[in-house]
Amino acid sequence: MRVVAAMSGGVDSAVAAARMLDAGHDVVGVHLALSQNASRLRESARGCCTIEDAGDARRVADRLGIPFYVWDLAERFARDVVADFEAEYAAGRTPNPCLRCNEKIKFAALLDKALALGFDAVATGHYAQIVEGPSGRELHRAVDLAKDQSYVLGVLTADQLERAFFPLGDTTKPQIRAEAAARGFSIAKKPDSHDICFIPDGDTRGFLTRRLGAATGELVDVTTGAVVGSHEGSYGFTVGQRRGLGLDRSSLDGEPRYVVDVDAATNRVFIGTADLLGVDTIVGDHVRWCGPALSNGPSDVVSAGAQIRAHGEEIPATAYLGDGGEVHVSLAERVRGVAPGQSVVLYEGTRVIGSATIARTGSG
Amino acid sequence: MIRPRESAHTAPYDRRVPPASQRAYLDHAATTPLVPAALEAFHAAAGVGGNASALHASGRRARAIVEDAREQIAAVLDAHPTEVVFTSGGTEADNLAIAGMYAARTARDPRPPGIVISAIEHHAVLEPVEALQRRGAQVCLVAPSRSGVVGADAVAAAIDDLEEQGAAAGVISLMWANNEIGTIQPVVEVASVARERGIAVHSDAVQAVGPCDISFRESGLDALSVSAHKLGGPMGVGALLVARDAGLEPIMHGGGHERGLRSGTVPVALVAAFGAAVEAAHTRRAAESARLVGLRDRLIEGALGLDLDILVGGAWTPGSAVDRLPGNVHLIVPGCEPDSLLFLLDAARVEASTGSACQAGVPGRSHVVDALGLEALDTDTPVGVVRLTLGHTSTDHDVDAALDALALAIPPARAAALAAAGGA
Repeated sequence: MRVVAAMSGGVDSAVAAARMLDAGHDVVGVHLALSQNASRLRESARGCCTIEDAGDARRVADRLGIPFYVWDLAERFARDVVADFEAEYAAGRTPNPCLRCNEKIKFAALLDKALALGFDAVATGHYAQIVEGPSGRELHRAVDLAKDQSYVLGVLTADQLERAFFPLGDTTKPQIRAEAAARGFSIAKKPDSHDICFIPDGDTRGFLTRRLGAATGELVDVTTGAVVGSHEGSYGFTVGQRRGLGLDRSSLDGEPRYVVDVDAATNRVFIGTADLLGVDTIVGDHVRWCGPALSNGPSDVVSAGAQIRAHGEEIPATAYLGDGGEVHVSLAERVRGVAPGQSVVLYEGTRVIGSATIARTGSG
Repeated sequence: MIRPRESAHTAPYDRRVPPASQRAYLDHAATTPLVPAALEAFHAAAGVGGNASALHASGRRARAIVEDAREQIAAVLDAHPTEVVFTSGGTEADNLAIAGMYAARTARDPRPPGIVISAIEHHAVLEPVEALQRRGAQVCLVAPSRSGVVGADAVAAAIDDLEEQGAAAGVISLMWANNEIGTIQPVVEVASVARERGIAVHSDAVQAVGPCDISFRESGLDALSVSAHKLGGPMGVGALLVARDAGLEPIMHGGGHERGLRSGTVPVALVAAFGAAVEAAHTRRAAESARLVGLRDRLIEGALGLDLDILVGGAWTPGSAVDRLPGNVHLIVPGCEPDSLLFLLDAARVEASTGSACQAGVPGRSHVVDALGLEALDTDTPVGVVRLTLGHTSTDHDVDAALDALALAIPPARAAALAAAGGA
């Protein structure tokens, strides 16, 4: 097959490209230029998409002897990932831009361009496995559960899976690093990227303040309705957050307080004690199925595992599809810090059933 | 135990770079292969050793090689050997000319200094001019006609504009031939305008030396830039021809080499190869020009005949090398992203370029194509640009390969542009 290997300049995508080549595919390396100012040098180990990362990817391609190109998808990324990220926070939700990037960029803009140019598929360095199942390709967790990235791939549809390769899913991260070193890649010891690639300093609140502007709002005790403080923009807060509230402890009873709700419309942030954070029902929209959809209606309740954070645990749950196309998830245990905008990914064993964006939560 | 590092010569590099006989190399304006005479001269001189500035026998021998090359180049370009100042290449020659003439001019004239250049100059001229603009220079960019030629009257008008603004044009620079669209500029007319008004005038002739018959003496220029590797010489060497009476301050200070205008040890073997390449280009010029014009015209006519809505960038008169370089084909393909088109050509073993500078590996939008002001190109749709440049190794087979590859590449490159722009 003619395959585009998406090469970030990191270890994982380098080994993924090498493995596709070993498997006999016709491989072309493509680095995505996603940053609006790609000619910068790397500022810290955390960022990506700098000219140095493109150079690292290019050197691996040199080593493998494969053609290499940089494709500029910065406009699409700015529109579909960064602007969406800001809009979600502005609306009081907590988005996961990595899912959005996989949905809109890596397996849409990149894949569509690759297909138009005569390629058959895109390979990435994600830790996840594709298994041929009875009704088509299935997405499964990686063997290395500590690195498993099936959660951020939970937005892929069956059609996208047909055009995807994840060559690292059967291997652990330490083995991948060893393999990179054995293959002579200079980046074998390059640190993993973390957090959000377009916020290299990790300061999400600072990023949002620069983009959305500061707006003083009230910090409200959800139990008493009393205004207990102020903040510089509700988008800087996420349900479950404890730090950075700027509360005067002496005015409270000494119990820790958490963000329990964010109302973007009134720019108010509600705080409360830990017991108010527990959630055991979730309603999700923007539903995407990685294979066959849950069949119709409230009567068709299925058992599933639910994961609500990129590195969160899987929680036993049941789920059904509502009349409006939304998915209803009942968790077997109460979970703290579930924020609207996050994604819930449903699993059956190691298989990803699908994903939804959390619209509402409740406790029953 | 230390294992020996894999030798560069055994590294795989590009397993699938096919042999030269199976590739159509159509990027001679980026660099053209060394001609045998240059390689021989390099080998002969590289083994000699000696610093051309030294006073002993080894130094004298090295100096003789450098001066032979200087005379070769001066003879071909109708300049005095003293006027040849060796540099590291075309970019340094352009920077020395712009910054050096500007510094000399401002030292003499108390009025706010102005610079007049064309809007289609190479970045090696544009960028030093912009650097001077940030430090107070008044800059006037002269737009070309739609056929990519800058009129001498437009340059004269720009000088008047600067004077109306209270500034005094001190430096004019106009390239001899454009590197992207290959159009030949009226440099001699512009130099005459400049001379009449006492303004220093430079021409970046990096693309022109070789294919064009140039007399520095008759041009009226104060300075002219040349690069070796564009005409069959090695990379890393070039020259600025500097008229004996030109005002020019050095930008590199040191041991006072090259009339004190360009300090730094002269690279003897590179200079020897440069001289041999210039002479070889001169010897083959007439026959080569006619041959390349034939290939160029067949490629342009063939591309237009594909019926794929292709435009030719810049003036083109079939059978003529008067208004356009004999080896330059520049195609504008509305609705394609340039990188997709180049990718598909590369995959088909046709090596081409957009001709414009890359930013972090992505071809940038061409300031030259933009300056043409073509109505067919609106700013919202991507514009594919392919520069196919012919040179001394080019054959009919290369033209056929390019035409076949263009026919196959353009439809999917347009589809890819739609895919990349689309999405919800």
